[in-house]
Amino acid sequence: MNCCEAVMTITGLLEDQLVVCANGIISRETFTARDRVENFYMIGSMGLASSIGLGVALSKQSRMVVIFDGDGNLLMNLGSLTMVGYLRPRNFLHIVFDNEAYASTGNQPTVSNVIALEEIAKSAGYLYVKKVTDREDLIQEVNKVLKMEGPSFLLVKISRSEGKIDIGRVTHSPEQIKDRFMSALH
Amino acid sequence: MFRSEDFADELIDAGFDFFTGVPCTIIGNLIGNLTNRPDATYIPAVREDVAVGIAAGAYVAGKIPVVLMQNSGIGQCLNALTSLNLIYGLPCLLLVTWRGFKGNDAPEHIIMGKTCDKILDTIGIAYHSISGENAKELINVSYRHVLEKKTPVALFLKKGVLD
Repeated sequence: MNCCEAVMTITGLLEDQLVVCANGIISRETFTARDRVENFYMIGSMGLASSIGLGVALSKQSRMVVIFDGDGNLLMNLGSLTMVGYLRPRNFLHIVFDNEAYASTGNQPTVSNVIALEEIAKSAGYLYVKKVTDREDLIQEVNKVLKMEGPSFLLVKISRSEGKIDIGRVTHSPEQIKDRFMSALH
Repeated sequence: MFRSEDFADELIDAGFDFFTGVPCTIIGNLIGNLTNRPDATYIPAVREDVAVGIAAGAYVAGKIPVVLMQNSGIGQCLNALTSLNLIYGLPCLLLVTWRGFKGNDAPEHIIMGKTCDKILDTIGIAYHSISGENAKELINVSYRHVLEKKTPVALFLKKGVLD
């Protein structure tokens, strides 16, 4: 399963959930797969998708907040996991696309080929943690966690995309991304 | 000198309704007050840029957030301020303690003490410095800035302004 397949699989199962997408390929894949007003595309501030999502989840407890994170983003802000585990927002679903690399900058390796990110999430206090490697399991798990009280954590192991990145960039301006997202909340 | 409890009252009366940050001794009592009072939520953050991210999320969900930090945290959250808040128009009040003001502090505070205001100038974030008398006015000015300009605004707190 590559990033595109994983993102398309998950976005196909979403209803009105709010999604905060990490910067780089994850935002671009999500934009290309299924652009929706409920998507907040982070284009900078690497590492902070889970923090932004936590702020939304704590302030809007009636809506489920899904984080589309990457291994590089997660490793940059592991402290955020401890805050999620401590505060335990029930409407928080953290999905990490793990290709063991910084794909947006040319597949330089991270450390997640050795370090089990799902074990870190368990230790940090997420109530449900699962690692998935194939599409059938992904569909089953996403359907399960979307109905479940969190905080939940899905580690989705994906293959690295080789060669040139041929997906489009997010065409909305940052202010448009914010305004759309806010309109989806109110 | 302002009582921390009164200062928290002023922030809440002005309309700020979400608080997060990283402690400094200068705002120790203020954070204690915000943590314990029933009419406020204070979320302790692990790092200042995380607090800025949480505040951004709270803002899009309808809150008017305050991020509390020491000026050392300005360094920690520069990328969040420039590549999140300023480009998306995600405002917050940055309540920043000014350690190292006029070079009178421990070594680790001296350089940021000399430059924290200039750093905010450079990236285009407005700031004011609170004294005993102007606190209420500056808090209200900051609230209006957040609503109208939709960019972060900083209030510096020097040692001795709060109890």
